[in-house]
Amino acid sequence: MGMRIGLVCPYAWDVPGGVQQHVGDLADTLIARGHEVSVLAPVGGAAAALPDHLVPAGRPVPVPYNGSVARLSFGPRTAARVRRWITRGDFDVLHIHEPAAPSVSLLACWAAEGPLVGTFHTANPRSRAMAAGSHALRSALEKVHARIAVSEAARRTLVEHVGGDAVLIPNGVAVHRFADAPPLPGFPGEGGSIGFLGRLDEPRKGLAVLLAAFARLAPHRPGLRLLVAGPGDPGPALAAVPDRLRERIVLTGRLDDTDKVRAYHSADLFCAPNLGGESFGIVLTEAMAAGAAILASDIPAFSAVLGGGSAGELFAVGDAADLARRADALLDDPARRTALSRAAREAVRAYDWDTVAADIVYVYETVLVGDRSRVRAH
Amino acid sequence: MNEQALAVLVVVGALAAVIACGLYLSWRATRLHRLHQRVDRARTGLRTALDRRRETAARLARALGPEHGADLAAAAAAADGDEPAESALSRSLRRTLADPAVLRAADTSGLLPDAAVAARGVQLARVFYNAAVTDTRRARRSRVVRLFRLAGGAPLPDFFEIDDRQPERPAPVPAPDTL
Repeated sequence: MGMRIGLVCPYAWDVPGGVQQHVGDLADTLIARGHEVSVLAPVGGAAAALPDHLVPAGRPVPVPYNGSVARLSFGPRTAARVRRWITRGDFDVLHIHEPAAPSVSLLACWAAEGPLVGTFHTANPRSRAMAAGSHALRSALEKVHARIAVSEAARRTLVEHVGGDAVLIPNGVAVHRFADAPPLPGFPGEGGSIGFLGRLDEPRKGLAVLLAAFARLAPHRPGLRLLVAGPGDPGPALAAVPDRLRERIVLTGRLDDTDKVRAYHSADLFCAPNLGGESFGIVLTEAMAAGAAILASDIPAFSAVLGGGSAGELFAVGDAADLARRADALLDDPARRTALSRAAREAVRAYDWDTVAADIVYVYETVLVGDRSRVRAH
Repeated sequence: MNEQALAVLVVVGALAAVIACGLYLSWRATRLHRLHQRVDRARTGLRTALDRRRETAARLARALGPEHGADLAAAAAAADGDEPAESALSRSLRRTLADPAVLRAADTSGLLPDAAVAARGVQLARVFYNAAVTDTRRARRSRVVRLFRLAGGAPLPDFFEIDDRQPERPAPVPAPDTL
Protein backbone atom coordinates (compact mmCIF):
# COMPACT_ATOMS: atom_id res chain seq x y z
CA MET A 1 0.00 0.00 0.00
CA GLY A 2 2.56 2.51 -1.15
CA MET A 3 1.54 6.16 -1.39
CA ARG A 4 2.29 8.75 -4.03
CA ILE A 5 4.17 11.46 -2.18
CA GLY A 6 5.28 14.87 -3.43
CA LEU A 7 8.11 16.55 -1.51
CA VAL A 8 8.87 20.26 -1.94
CA CYS A 9 12.28 21.68 -1.03
CA PRO A 10 12.61 25.50 -1.15
CA TYR A 11 16.42 25.72 -1.36
CA ALA A 12 18.69 25.04 -4.32
CA TRP A 13 19.32 21.31 -4.62
CA ASP A 14 22.91 21.70 -5.82
CA VAL A 15 23.97 23.68 -2.74
CA PRO A 16 24.54 21.57 0.38
CA GLY A 17 22.30 22.42 3.31
CA GLY A 18 20.36 20.88 6.14
CA VAL A 19 16.92 21.12 4.53
CA GLN A 20 18.13 19.71 1.19
CA GLN A 21 19.81 16.83 3.00
CA HIS A 22 16.65 16.19 5.04
CA VAL A 23 14.45 16.07 1.93
CA GLY A 24 16.93 13.88 0.02
CA ASP A 25 17.28 11.35 2.84
CA LEU A 26 13.53 11.32 3.49
CA ALA A 27 12.92 10.65 -0.21
CA ASP A 28 15.44 7.77 -0.23
CA THR A 29 13.96 6.21 2.90
CA LEU A 30 10.37 6.54 1.66
CA ILE A 31 11.32 4.95 -1.67
CA ALA A 32 13.05 2.11 0.18
CA ARG A 33 9.81 1.61 2.14
CA GLY A 34 7.89 1.14 -1.11
CA HIS A 35 6.38 4.58 -1.73
CA GLU A 36 6.45 6.58 -4.95
CA VAL A 37 8.22 9.89 -4.42
CA SER A 38 8.78 13.01 -6.50
CA VAL A 39 10.89 15.91 -5.20
CA LEU A 40 10.48 19.47 -6.47
CA ALA A 41 13.39 21.84 -5.82
CA PRO A 42 15.18 24.77 -7.46
CA VAL A 43 18.32 23.67 -9.30
CA GLY A 44 21.01 26.16 -10.31
CA GLY A 45 23.87 25.75 -12.74
CA ALA A 46 24.57 22.45 -14.43
CA ALA A 47 24.10 20.17 -11.46
CA ALA A 48 26.03 17.00 -12.12
CA ALA A 49 23.92 14.05 -11.02
CA LEU A 50 20.30 14.61 -10.06
CA PRO A 51 18.40 11.64 -8.67
CA ASP A 52 15.64 10.23 -10.89
CA HIS A 53 12.89 11.43 -8.61
CA LEU A 54 14.04 15.08 -8.63
CA VAL A 55 12.10 17.61 -10.71
CA PRO A 56 13.92 20.95 -11.19
CA ALA A 57 11.72 23.97 -10.45
CA GLY A 58 13.85 26.59 -12.13
CA ARG A 59 17.01 28.56 -11.48
CA PRO A 60 17.41 29.91 -7.96
CA VAL A 61 18.59 33.41 -7.06
CA PRO A 62 20.58 34.22 -3.92
CA VAL A 63 18.46 36.04 -1.32
CA PRO A 64 19.43 37.01 2.23
CA TYR A 65 16.98 34.97 4.31
CA ASN A 66 16.97 34.08 7.97
CA GLY A 67 20.52 35.22 8.66
CA SER A 68 22.06 33.25 5.79
CA VAL A 69 22.10 33.59 2.05
CA ALA A 70 19.51 31.20 0.66
CA ARG A 71 19.06 30.29 -2.98
CA LEU A 72 15.36 30.48 -3.78
CA SER A 73 13.07 30.38 -6.81
CA PHE A 74 10.03 32.63 -7.10
CA GLY A 75 7.94 34.27 -9.79
CA PRO A 76 5.21 33.45 -12.29
CA ARG A 77 7.23 30.99 -14.37
CA THR A 78 8.22 29.01 -11.29
CA ALA A 79 4.60 29.15 -10.10
CA ALA A 80 3.46 27.62 -13.39
CA ARG A 81 6.03 24.84 -13.04
CA VAL A 82 4.87 24.13 -9.49
CA ARG A 83 1.26 23.93 -10.67
CA ARG A 84 2.17 21.58 -13.52
CA TRP A 85 4.19 19.34 -11.22
CA ILE A 86 1.28 19.06 -8.75
CA THR A 87 -1.20 18.23 -11.51
CA ARG A 88 1.03 15.63 -13.15
CA GLY A 89 2.09 14.12 -9.83
CA ASP A 90 -1.45 13.13 -8.80
CA PHE A 91 -0.17 12.84 -5.23
CA ASP A 92 -1.91 11.26 -2.26
CA VAL A 93 -0.11 13.72 -0.04
CA LEU A 94 2.02 16.81 -0.63
CA HIS A 95 4.76 17.35 1.94
CA ILE A 96 6.09 20.91 1.85
CA HIS A 97 9.31 21.76 3.65
CA GLU A 98 9.66 25.21 5.19
CA PRO A 99 6.23 26.22 3.84
CA ALA A 100 6.81 29.88 4.73
CA ALA A 101 9.98 30.17 2.63
CA PRO A 102 9.35 32.57 -0.28
CA SER A 103 10.27 29.96 -2.86
CA VAL A 104 8.65 26.90 -4.42
CA SER A 105 7.35 25.98 -0.95
CA LEU A 106 5.12 29.02 -0.58
CA LEU A 107 4.10 28.72 -4.24
CA ALA A 108 3.10 25.09 -3.66
CA CYS A 109 1.03 26.07 -0.60
CA TRP A 110 -0.84 28.64 -2.66
CA ALA A 111 -1.36 26.33 -5.62
CA ALA A 112 -2.29 23.10 -3.90
CA GLU A 113 -5.62 21.91 -2.58
CA GLY A 114 -5.98 18.67 -0.61
CA PRO A 115 -3.92 16.76 1.97
CA LEU A 116 -0.94 19.02 2.77
CA VAL A 117 1.79 18.32 5.32
CA GLY A 118 4.34 20.98 6.27
CA THR A 119 7.69 20.61 8.03
CA PHE A 120 9.17 23.65 9.78
CA HIS A 121 12.96 23.67 10.11
CA THR A 122 13.69 27.26 11.12
CA ALA A 123 14.27 28.15 14.74
CA ASN A 124 14.75 31.87 14.92
CA PRO A 125 13.10 33.89 17.66
CA ARG A 126 13.16 36.99 15.47
CA SER A 127 12.53 35.49 12.08
CA ARG A 128 11.79 38.67 10.13
CA ALA A 129 10.49 36.72 7.17
CA MET A 130 7.91 35.01 9.34
CA ALA A 131 6.94 38.01 11.46
CA ALA A 132 6.67 40.59 8.68
CA GLY A 133 4.69 38.37 6.42
CA SER A 134 2.70 36.56 9.04
CA HIS A 135 -0.58 38.09 7.88
CA ALA A 136 0.10 37.46 4.20
CA LEU A 137 1.49 34.00 4.94
CA ARG A 138 -1.57 32.97 6.88
CA SER A 139 -3.66 32.29 3.79
CA ALA A 140 -1.00 29.80 2.66
CA LEU A 141 -0.16 28.20 6.00
CA GLU A 142 -3.78 27.65 7.04
CA LYS A 143 -4.09 25.15 4.18
CA VAL A 144 -1.50 22.88 5.78
CA HIS A 145 -3.36 20.02 7.51
CA ALA A 146 -0.48 18.66 9.56
CA ARG A 147 2.50 20.59 10.83
CA ILE A 148 5.78 18.99 11.82
CA ALA A 149 8.62 20.79 13.61
CA VAL A 150 12.12 19.30 13.55
CA SER A 151 13.06 20.63 16.97
CA GLU A 152 11.50 22.12 20.07
CA ALA A 153 13.02 25.48 19.06
CA ALA A 154 11.48 25.26 15.59
CA ARG A 155 8.15 24.40 17.17
CA ARG A 156 8.33 27.43 19.46
CA THR A 157 9.17 29.70 16.53
CA LEU A 158 6.11 28.39 14.71
CA VAL A 159 3.78 28.78 17.71
CA GLU A 160 4.97 32.34 18.35
CA HIS A 161 4.88 33.63 14.79
CA VAL A 162 2.10 31.69 13.16
CA GLY A 163 0.07 30.23 16.03
CA GLY A 164 -1.21 26.69 16.37
CA ASP A 165 0.80 23.67 17.39
CA ALA A 166 2.99 21.17 15.54
CA VAL A 167 4.16 17.65 16.27
CA LEU A 168 7.83 17.17 16.97
CA ILE A 169 9.69 14.81 14.63
CA PRO A 170 13.45 15.36 14.62
CA ASN A 171 15.79 15.32 11.64
CA GLY A 172 16.91 11.86 10.65
CA VAL A 173 20.41 10.67 9.97
CA ALA A 174 21.33 7.78 7.67
CA VAL A 175 23.39 6.12 10.40
CA HIS A 176 24.75 3.27 8.26
CA ARG A 177 26.31 5.75 5.82
CA PHE A 178 28.47 7.29 8.55
CA ALA A 179 29.24 4.31 10.75
CA ASP A 180 32.61 3.36 9.31
CA ALA A 181 35.31 5.06 7.20
CA PRO A 182 39.08 5.46 7.13
CA PRO A 183 40.42 8.80 8.41
CA LEU A 184 41.70 11.41 5.95
CA PRO A 185 45.42 11.03 5.11
CA GLY A 186 47.64 12.10 8.01
CA PHE A 187 44.89 12.14 10.61
CA PRO A 188 44.39 12.03 13.54
CA GLY A 189 48.18 12.39 13.86
CA GLU A 190 50.57 12.09 16.81
CA GLY A 191 49.85 15.35 18.58
CA GLY A 192 46.08 15.02 18.51
CA SER A 193 43.52 16.86 16.44
CA ILE A 194 40.22 18.68 16.66
CA GLY A 195 37.70 18.62 13.82
CA PHE A 196 35.16 21.16 12.58
CA LEU A 197 32.63 20.86 9.78
CA GLY A 198 30.46 23.67 8.48
CA ARG A 199 30.46 26.89 6.50
CA LEU A 200 33.54 28.93 7.38
CA ASP A 201 32.15 32.39 6.66
CA GLU A 202 28.86 32.08 8.51
CA PRO A 203 29.44 33.61 11.95
CA ARG A 204 26.72 31.56 13.66
CA LYS A 205 28.57 28.34 12.86
CA GLY A 206 31.02 29.54 15.48
CA LEU A 207 34.35 28.83 13.76
CA ALA A 208 35.79 32.00 15.32
CA VAL A 209 35.20 30.62 18.83
CA LEU A 210 36.97 27.40 17.96
CA LEU A 211 39.92 29.28 16.42
CA ALA A 212 40.24 31.44 19.54
CA ALA A 213 40.27 28.29 21.67
CA PHE A 214 42.87 26.74 19.35
CA ALA A 215 45.09 29.80 19.78
CA ARG A 216 45.00 29.17 23.54
CA LEU A 217 45.65 25.42 23.29
CA ALA A 218 48.23 25.26 20.52
CA PRO A 219 51.22 26.87 22.30
CA HIS A 220 51.44 24.16 24.98
CA ARG A 221 50.34 21.32 22.68
CA PRO A 222 52.99 21.43 19.96
CA GLY A 223 51.54 18.62 17.82
CA LEU A 224 47.89 19.64 17.99
CA ARG A 225 46.20 20.29 14.65
CA LEU A 226 42.82 21.64 13.61
CA LEU A 227 40.89 20.03 10.75
CA VAL A 228 38.53 22.61 9.25
CA ALA A 229 36.21 21.17 6.62
CA GLY A 230 33.62 23.17 4.76
CA PRO A 231 33.06 25.75 2.03
CA GLY A 232 33.44 29.51 2.37
CA ASP A 233 36.14 32.12 2.85
CA PRO A 234 38.15 31.44 6.00
CA GLY A 235 39.90 34.81 5.82
CA PRO A 236 37.99 36.87 8.40
CA ALA A 237 37.93 34.10 11.01
CA LEU A 238 41.62 33.21 10.48
CA ALA A 239 42.71 36.83 10.91
CA ALA A 240 42.52 36.37 14.68
CA VAL A 241 44.96 33.43 14.66
CA PRO A 242 48.69 34.22 15.07
CA ASP A 243 50.68 33.52 11.88
CA ARG A 244 52.91 30.84 13.39
CA LEU A 245 49.86 28.69 14.27
CA ARG A 246 48.26 28.81 10.84
CA GLU A 247 50.26 25.96 9.38
CA ARG A 248 48.66 23.70 11.97
CA ILE A 249 45.19 24.49 10.68
CA VAL A 250 44.28 22.17 7.82
CA LEU A 251 41.65 23.69 5.52
CA THR A 252 40.04 21.13 3.24
CA GLY A 253 37.48 23.33 1.53
CA ARG A 254 34.20 21.71 0.58
CA LEU A 255 34.31 17.93 0.84
CA ASP A 256 32.38 15.44 -1.24
CA ASP A 257 30.11 13.02 0.60
CA THR A 258 32.72 10.28 0.92
CA ASP A 259 35.40 12.58 2.30
CA LYS A 260 32.89 14.19 4.63
CA VAL A 261 32.28 10.82 6.27
CA ARG A 262 36.05 10.32 6.48
CA ALA A 263 36.42 13.74 8.11
CA TYR A 264 34.15 12.66 10.98
CA HIS A 265 36.52 9.73 11.57
CA SER A 266 39.67 11.85 11.33
CA ALA A 267 39.91 13.92 14.48
CA ASP A 268 40.31 12.87 18.12
CA LEU A 269 37.70 15.37 19.08
CA PHE A 270 34.86 16.77 16.99
CA CYS A 271 33.80 20.31 17.86
CA ALA A 272 30.41 21.93 17.10
CA PRO A 273 30.84 25.51 18.34
CA ASN A 274 27.58 26.92 16.88
CA LEU A 275 26.36 30.17 18.40
CA GLY A 276 22.65 29.42 17.95
CA GLY A 277 20.08 29.78 15.23
CA GLU A 278 20.63 26.17 14.25
CA SER A 279 17.43 24.39 15.14
CA PHE A 280 19.05 21.01 15.09
CA GLY A 281 22.60 20.13 14.11
CA ILE A 282 22.45 17.64 11.28
CA VAL A 283 26.25 17.85 11.38
CA LEU A 284 26.09 16.85 15.02
CA THR A 285 23.98 13.73 14.41
CA GLU A 286 26.28 12.72 11.56
CA ALA A 287 29.25 13.00 13.89
CA MET A 288 27.35 10.91 16.44
CA ALA A 289 26.60 8.27 13.78
CA ALA A 290 30.34 8.18 13.03
CA GLY A 291 31.03 7.63 16.72
CA ALA A 292 33.05 10.82 17.16
CA ALA A 293 33.87 12.14 20.61
CA ILE A 294 31.94 15.38 20.54
CA LEU A 295 32.46 18.74 22.22
CA ALA A 296 29.53 21.04 21.44
CA SER A 297 28.22 24.41 22.55
CA ASP A 298 25.41 24.16 25.10
CA ILE A 299 22.70 25.72 22.91
CA PRO A 300 19.31 24.10 23.68
CA ALA A 301 19.09 22.05 20.47
CA PHE A 302 22.54 20.50 20.94
CA SER A 303 21.94 19.83 24.61
CA ALA A 304 18.70 18.00 23.74
CA VAL A 305 20.31 15.83 21.07
CA LEU A 306 23.32 15.02 23.26
CA GLY A 307 21.20 13.95 26.21
CA GLY A 308 22.21 16.97 28.28
CA GLY A 309 25.91 16.11 27.97
CA SER A 310 25.92 12.31 28.30
CA ALA A 311 26.50 11.64 24.58
CA GLY A 312 28.90 14.54 24.04
CA GLU A 313 30.51 17.14 26.25
CA LEU A 314 28.96 20.63 26.33
CA PHE A 315 30.76 23.96 26.76
CA ALA A 316 29.35 27.43 27.41
CA VAL A 317 28.24 28.82 24.05
CA GLY A 318 30.63 31.44 22.64
CA ASP A 319 33.16 30.91 25.47
CA ALA A 320 36.55 30.11 23.92
CA ALA A 321 38.21 29.69 27.34
CA ASP A 322 35.68 27.05 28.40
CA LEU A 323 36.02 25.29 25.05
CA ALA A 324 39.83 25.25 25.37
CA ARG A 325 39.74 23.96 28.95
CA ARG A 326 37.37 21.09 28.14
CA ALA A 327 39.16 20.16 24.90
CA ASP A 328 42.44 20.09 26.85
CA ALA A 329 41.03 17.62 29.36
CA LEU A 330 39.38 15.43 26.72
CA LEU A 331 42.51 15.20 24.56
CA ASP A 332 44.36 13.73 27.57
CA ASP A 333 41.60 11.26 28.42
CA PRO A 334 41.15 8.56 25.73
CA ALA A 335 38.92 6.48 28.02
CA ARG A 336 36.46 9.35 28.38
CA ARG A 337 36.52 9.91 24.60
CA THR A 338 35.74 6.23 24.00
CA ALA A 339 32.85 6.41 26.44
CA LEU A 340 31.47 9.53 24.72
CA SER A 341 31.84 7.86 21.33
CA ARG A 342 29.90 4.79 22.46
CA ALA A 343 27.16 6.92 24.06
CA ALA A 344 26.87 8.99 20.88
CA ARG A 345 26.40 5.92 18.67
CA GLU A 346 23.74 4.66 21.07
CA ALA A 347 21.90 8.00 21.32
CA VAL A 348 21.84 8.52 17.55
CA ARG A 349 19.72 5.43 16.95
CA ALA A 350 16.61 7.37 17.94
CA TYR A 351 17.42 9.69 15.02
CA ASP A 352 18.01 7.04 12.38
CA TRP A 353 16.07 7.86 9.22
CA ASP A 354 14.21 4.60 9.33
CA THR A 355 12.73 5.48 12.75
CA VAL A 356 12.02 9.04 11.68
CA ALA A 357 10.44 8.17 8.32
CA ALA A 358 8.08 5.68 9.98
CA ASP A 359 6.76 8.49 12.18
CA ILE A 360 6.38 10.81 9.17
CA VAL A 361 4.44 8.14 7.26
CA TYR A 362 2.21 7.89 10.31
CA VAL A 363 1.51 11.62 9.95
CA TYR A 364 0.54 11.06 6.29
CA GLU A 365 -1.80 8.24 7.29
CA THR A 366 -3.40 10.35 10.02
CA VAL A 367 -4.08 13.15 7.54
CA LEU A 368 -5.42 10.77 4.89
CA VAL A 369 -7.92 9.16 7.27
CA GLY A 370 -10.02 12.30 7.08
CA ASP A 371 -9.37 13.09 3.44
CA ARG A 372 -8.95 10.53 0.70
CA SER A 373 -9.04 13.12 -2.08
CA ARG A 374 -5.85 13.60 -4.04
CA VAL A 375 -3.78 16.77 -4.14
CA ARG A 376 -4.93 19.16 -6.88
CA ALA A 377 -3.66 22.47 -8.20
CA HIS A 378 -6.14 25.31 -8.53
CA MET B 1 -16.00 68.76 -16.67
CA ASN B 2 -19.74 68.64 -16.89
CA GLU B 3 -21.98 67.12 -14.29
CA GLN B 4 -22.98 64.17 -16.45
CA ALA B 5 -19.41 62.99 -16.92
CA LEU B 6 -18.78 63.37 -13.23
CA ALA B 7 -21.84 61.26 -12.43
CA VAL B 8 -20.69 58.51 -14.81
CA LEU B 9 -17.25 58.59 -13.23
CA VAL B 10 -18.73 58.25 -9.75
CA VAL B 11 -20.97 55.36 -10.82
CA VAL B 12 -18.10 53.51 -12.54
CA GLY B 13 -15.86 54.05 -9.54
CA ALA B 14 -18.52 52.83 -7.14
CA LEU B 15 -19.16 49.76 -9.30
CA ALA B 16 -15.45 48.91 -9.39
CA ALA B 17 -15.26 49.26 -5.62
CA VAL B 18 -18.28 46.98 -5.14
CA ILE B 19 -16.77 44.35 -7.46
CA ALA B 20 -13.42 44.53 -5.66
CA CYS B 21 -15.18 44.17 -2.30
CA GLY B 22 -17.17 41.24 -3.61
CA LEU B 23 -14.07 39.46 -4.87
CA TYR B 24 -12.31 40.05 -1.59
CA LEU B 25 -15.27 38.77 0.43
CA SER B 26 -15.61 35.70 -1.75
CA TRP B 27 -11.91 34.98 -1.27
CA ARG B 28 -12.30 35.30 2.48
CA ALA B 29 -15.36 33.06 2.41
CA THR B 30 -13.45 30.41 0.42
CA ARG B 31 -10.62 30.49 2.96
CA LEU B 32 -13.07 30.10 5.82
CA HIS B 33 -14.88 27.25 4.08
CA ARG B 34 -11.54 25.52 3.56
CA LEU B 35 -10.75 25.92 7.26
CA HIS B 36 -14.10 24.39 8.26
CA GLN B 37 -13.37 21.45 5.96
CA ARG B 38 -9.95 21.09 7.54
CA VAL B 39 -11.52 20.94 11.01
CA ASP B 40 -14.03 18.30 9.85
CA ARG B 41 -11.29 16.12 8.38
CA ALA B 42 -9.09 16.53 11.43
CA ARG B 43 -12.05 15.56 13.62
CA THR B 44 -12.54 12.38 11.57
CA GLY B 45 -8.83 11.63 11.97
CA LEU B 46 -9.02 12.21 15.72
CA ARG B 47 -12.08 9.96 16.16
CA THR B 48 -10.43 7.22 14.13
CA ALA B 49 -7.29 7.46 16.25
CA LEU B 50 -9.31 7.33 19.49
CA ASP B 51 -11.28 4.30 18.23
CA ARG B 52 -8.10 2.54 17.28
CA ARG B 53 -6.52 3.22 20.66
CA ARG B 54 -9.63 1.99 22.50
CA GLU B 55 -9.68 -1.25 20.49
CA THR B 56 -5.95 -1.84 21.00
CA ALA B 57 -6.28 -1.19 24.73
CA ALA B 58 -9.21 -3.59 25.01
CA ARG B 59 -7.24 -6.28 23.16
CA LEU B 60 -4.26 -5.77 25.46
CA ALA B 61 -6.53 -5.92 28.52
CA ARG B 62 -7.99 -9.26 27.33
CA ALA B 63 -4.50 -10.66 26.82
CA LEU B 64 -3.53 -9.60 30.34
CA GLY B 65 -6.52 -11.37 31.86
CA PRO B 66 -8.83 -10.24 34.67
CA GLU B 67 -6.11 -10.06 37.31
CA HIS B 68 -3.79 -7.56 35.55
CA GLY B 69 -6.01 -6.18 32.82
CA ALA B 70 -9.15 -5.24 34.76
CA ASP B 71 -8.15 -1.59 35.20
CA LEU B 72 -7.29 -1.18 31.51
CA ALA B 73 -10.42 -3.04 30.40
CA ALA B 74 -12.60 -0.72 32.47
CA ALA B 75 -10.83 2.39 31.14
CA ALA B 76 -11.17 1.17 27.54
CA ALA B 77 -14.86 0.38 28.01
CA ALA B 78 -15.49 3.82 29.52
CA ALA B 79 -13.62 5.71 26.78
CA ASP B 80 -16.40 7.27 24.71
CA GLY B 81 -14.60 10.16 23.04
CA ASP B 82 -15.19 12.51 25.97
CA GLU B 83 -12.16 14.34 27.29
CA PRO B 84 -12.10 13.01 30.91
CA ALA B 85 -12.68 9.40 29.87
CA GLU B 86 -10.00 9.51 27.15
CA SER B 87 -7.54 11.08 29.61
CA ALA B 88 -8.29 8.26 32.02
CA LEU B 89 -7.53 5.72 29.28
CA SER B 90 -4.20 7.49 28.61
CA ARG B 91 -3.27 7.20 32.28
CA SER B 92 -4.38 3.58 32.49
CA LEU B 93 -2.31 2.69 29.41
CA ARG B 94 0.71 4.44 30.90
CA ARG B 95 0.35 2.57 34.18
CA THR B 96 -0.04 -0.76 32.41
CA LEU B 97 2.88 -0.32 30.02
CA ALA B 98 5.18 0.89 32.80
CA ASP B 99 4.71 -2.19 34.99
CA PRO B 100 6.98 -5.09 33.99
CA ALA B 101 5.22 -7.44 36.42
CA VAL B 102 1.97 -6.88 34.59
CA LEU B 103 3.59 -7.40 31.21
CA ARG B 104 5.14 -10.71 32.22
CA ALA B 105 1.68 -12.00 33.10
CA ALA B 106 0.69 -12.71 29.53
CA ASP B 107 2.02 -13.11 26.03
CA THR B 108 1.71 -9.50 24.91
CA SER B 109 4.59 -9.52 22.44
CA GLY B 110 2.69 -8.18 19.46
CA LEU B 111 0.35 -5.98 21.46
CA LEU B 112 2.87 -3.69 23.15
CA PRO B 113 4.16 -2.01 20.00
CA ASP B 114 0.55 -1.74 18.77
CA ALA B 115 -0.46 0.05 21.96
CA ALA B 116 2.46 2.47 21.73
CA VAL B 117 1.67 3.18 18.06
CA ALA B 118 -2.02 3.73 18.81
CA ALA B 119 -1.15 6.12 21.64
CA ARG B 120 1.16 8.09 19.34
CA GLY B 121 -1.64 8.22 16.76
CA VAL B 122 -3.95 9.97 19.22
CA GLN B 123 -1.23 12.49 19.99
CA LEU B 124 -0.66 13.27 16.29
CA ALA B 125 -4.34 13.52 15.43
CA ARG B 126 -5.06 15.74 18.42
CA VAL B 127 -2.28 18.22 17.56
CA PHE B 128 -3.56 18.45 13.96
CA TYR B 129 -7.16 18.88 15.12
CA ASN B 130 -6.34 21.57 17.67
CA ALA B 131 -4.17 23.46 15.16
CA ALA B 132 -7.11 23.44 12.72
CA VAL B 133 -9.38 24.74 15.50
CA THR B 134 -6.86 27.49 16.37
CA ASP B 135 -6.70 28.69 12.75
CA THR B 136 -10.47 28.54 12.33
CA ARG B 137 -11.28 30.37 15.55
CA ARG B 138 -8.79 33.09 14.67
CA ALA B 139 -10.36 33.50 11.23
CA ARG B 140 -13.82 33.65 12.81
CA ARG B 141 -12.71 36.48 15.11
CA SER B 142 -11.87 38.72 12.16
CA ARG B 143 -14.07 41.80 11.79
CA VAL B 144 -14.77 41.17 8.10
CA VAL B 145 -15.92 37.62 8.79
CA ARG B 146 -18.25 38.71 11.61
CA LEU B 147 -19.64 41.79 9.85
CA PHE B 148 -20.57 39.92 6.67
CA ARG B 149 -21.47 36.70 8.51
CA LEU B 150 -19.10 34.73 6.25
CA ALA B 151 -19.21 31.76 8.61
CA GLY B 152 -22.93 31.28 7.96
CA GLY B 153 -24.42 28.83 10.42
CA ALA B 154 -21.25 26.74 10.90
CA PRO B 155 -20.73 26.06 14.62
CA LEU B 156 -17.55 27.38 16.24
CA PRO B 157 -15.27 24.34 16.69
CA ASP B 158 -14.01 23.45 20.17
CA PHE B 159 -10.55 22.34 21.21
CA PHE B 160 -10.04 18.75 22.33
CA GLU B 161 -7.92 18.80 25.47
CA ILE B 162 -6.81 15.53 27.00
CA ASP B 163 -3.78 14.15 28.77
CA ASP B 164 -2.13 12.18 25.95
CA ARG B 165 1.40 11.97 27.28
CA GLN B 166 3.04 8.92 25.75
CA PRO B 167 3.54 5.69 27.63
CA GLU B 168 7.18 5.36 28.56
CA ARG B 169 9.05 3.11 26.18
CA PRO B 170 7.97 -0.36 27.40
CA ALA B 171 10.49 -1.84 29.79
CA PRO B 172 12.20 -4.84 28.19
CA VAL B 173 10.73 -8.10 29.44
CA PRO B 174 13.52 -10.37 30.74
CA ALA B 175 13.82 -13.69 28.93
CA PRO B 176 12.99 -16.77 31.04
CA ASP B 177 16.02 -18.43 32.63
CA THR B 178 17.29 -21.47 30.76
CA LEU B 179 19.41 -23.02 33.50
